[in-house]
Amino acid sequence: MDYFNALALIINFIVIPGLTYGSQLALGALGVTLIYAVLRFSNFAHGELMSFGTMICILFTWLGQSYGFSFSFLPTALLFVPIAVIFCVLYCIVIEKFVFSFYRKQKADPIITLIASIGVMFLTAGLIRFIIGPGDQSFNDGVRFIFSVRDFKNFTGLEQGFGLKTTQALTIGITLFLSISLFWFLNSTKTGKSMRAFSDNEELALLSGIDPNKVVLVTWIIAGSLATFAGVLYGLDKIYKPFIFLQMLLPIFSAAILGGVGNPIGAFIGGYIIALSELIVTFAYKRVLGYILPENLAPDSMMQFLATDYKYAVSFIILVIVLIIRPTGIFSGKTI
Amino acid sequence: MNYWNRRFTVFSIFFAALFLVGFFQSWNVAFAIFNICIISAIMALGVNIQVGYAGIFNAGIMGFAAIGGLAAVLISHPPVTETISIGGFSILLCGLIIGLVVAICILLNTRILLSKITRRLLISLTIIIGLFFINFIGSPAVEQIEAFEPAATGFLGGFGMPIIFSWIIGAIAAGFVAWLIGKITLGLRSDYLAIATLGIAETIIYVLKNEDWLTRGVKNVNALPRPVPYELSLQESKWFIEFCERYQFPLVETSSIIVKLCYSSLFLTVLIVLFSLFEIALKSPWGRMMRAIRDNEVSARAMGKNIKARHIEIFILGSAVVGLAGAMLTTLEGQFTPIAYQPLRFTFTVWVMVIIGGTGNNYGSIIGGFLVWFLWVEAEPFGLFIVEFVTSPLSETNSLRAHLINNAAHMRYVMMGLLLLLVLRFSPKGIFPEGK
Repeated sequence: MDYFNALALIINFIVIPGLTYGSQLALGALGVTLIYAVLRFSNFAHGELMSFGTMICILFTWLGQSYGFSFSFLPTALLFVPIAVIFCVLYCIVIEKFVFSFYRKQKADPIITLIASIGVMFLTAGLIRFIIGPGDQSFNDGVRFIFSVRDFKNFTGLEQGFGLKTTQALTIGITLFLSISLFWFLNSTKTGKSMRAFSDNEELALLSGIDPNKVVLVTWIIAGSLATFAGVLYGLDKIYKPFIFLQMLLPIFSAAILGGVGNPIGAFIGGYIIALSELIVTFAYKRVLGYILPENLAPDSMMQFLATDYKYAVSFIILVIVLIIRPTGIFSGKTI
Repeated sequence: MNYWNRRFTVFSIFFAALFLVGFFQSWNVAFAIFNICIISAIMALGVNIQVGYAGIFNAGIMGFAAIGGLAAVLISHPPVTETISIGGFSILLCGLIIGLVVAICILLNTRILLSKITRRLLISLTIIIGLFFINFIGSPAVEQIEAFEPAATGFLGGFGMPIIFSWIIGAIAAGFVAWLIGKITLGLRSDYLAIATLGIAETIIYVLKNEDWLTRGVKNVNALPRPVPYELSLQESKWFIEFCERYQFPLVETSSIIVKLCYSSLFLTVLIVLFSLFEIALKSPWGRMMRAIRDNEVSARAMGKNIKARHIEIFILGSAVVGLAGAMLTTLEGQFTPIAYQPLRFTFTVWVMVIIGGTGNNYGSIIGGFLVWFLWVEAEPFGLFIVEFVTSPLSETNSLRAHLINNAAHMRYVMMGLLLLLVLRFSPKGIFPEGK
């Protein structure tokens, strides 16, 4: 019985939050990695793109709510994600047109394009703060739990239990659906194959008659949609804070590098590895060990490797370890 | 146009703008802006030798500046004897353990006898054992220290030395961190360095925010001693009152301007010294070698230059200058607020300074630092003016108008972004192109 209690604790505090946060990171890292694979630069503006999409979604949700829209037990925001995706993709296309296409055609040094992406980041961050303000916004109005910890305890009679929030189930489900569609798209459709070819060898792809503009356009459409979904799901699950997206760049890039930059499967798995390790390292194991160990060995201290505040530092530590041991990442990437 | 003419014109425009601020807003504001302009220029100089001389992109400027700020606290704050007697010994022990762990790791890493896997396992084991001991010895001590009068102290304090020393110590500490991070990332692709430095900067800020025993965390450290006289003591001193009476100056305002001028002269001295050193370095064989490496790594390597070592060298140098500027900033503000370190305000704004001024040109870094900081401060009243003008058809009580006016200050980010994008696109060499 004690082992089940310990297991329930671990599921409640590590597995479910880890998978949720990992999904959000995976969606972000997929976008970063796709941009890297096709456009060949590290897009520092990706966090702000997520923020931008979420902001549009929040604004439309407010508008919808004022007209009485609701989505039964699901968050109303989900209804408006498609509109937010359209806006975010349009924004991506505008910046591609006015900023990035210039450097792409010049074949500029990737670092110059990176600096341009920092300009875009500044611009977007300013617009977001100007439009919606720098404060927190909570916009989740659905039913909070699919089943709560108390439901679980009553059902099983255990001392400890785990709950599943609606947003957590939604995040994991939507991420799996999006990622599987993305992998199917890249592997089975003609456009997806042309993207992979373009990322593998640009000259050869051009020689084979692949239209670079179309490939770039499709990449931005995918990156913009993924960014919007990642941002909205993160905002629904936690809260929308404009400044958090700059902090999220670090775990997102760590996930992309851990999996091998430019490799979508790597980015997907990297997101989960980063999220789970953050939680594993910062979780206090006192209660878990209390159940597992015999009574006289039960620990007094919190049994925590790192304080919870150092959550983001974990991704940095992982990044450093990857850069020392295997700079190409787990699935040595560079191409899709 | 002659280079000197161009330089003279641009700097005159800046000082004219500053004069206008002094004339229309107040001279106090103008000098306050100017002081931080000088610090920004020093930061930009530090970044410029990394980007402009060697092509290294450092996205961790915020972290190095924060290390300088921490140095200012640790050097100048008087020691808190009670907390030191409570936990000083344990903290010292933890420091020794960290040193021991690092030494063992370096030793293990250089032993070629062991296989790669064993070496890595042993290193991880050492680190885990070290962490365990630190946790065991450190956490009770830290708890006791932080529990001691948390509203007033709750930290160990510093060494109680003049704050000027911290400028050097801050530079050395920042250089040391730069050496560590450079060792890891400087042989890899350039954007890895950017991401890794972004990470180290965030991590440093987390440490500063959370290790209350060292920095008081988000409770801030206030009232650091100053290297210049205080306004109040000036206002009370006899010669100053007489001086003000003779020239009919307002007493309070003049005292505060005098204090700011003292800071300016200190900072200007540092700026001029660093600038001269960097100009000499740029024209020396060392500077030529750096530019040769930047422009063509392959041929520089073929000429027998050790590229990684040179890169680490210049990365340390530039980061140390940023650390120095960070210590100066904390000295000027007289307080250390970890929460104020934001990447948009520090890291990326300094990049904008360097790029707008012209990468690789020291005059450019100075004018970039001056102009961008000036715009950063003046964007707020200016943005407000524009928003009020645009929304003037709306009524006073219109909620949209109120909302936009509230958020007008954030226009500075938009302005920075536009400035960076426009300069990068249409004049990528900046105001003063390299070598001009």
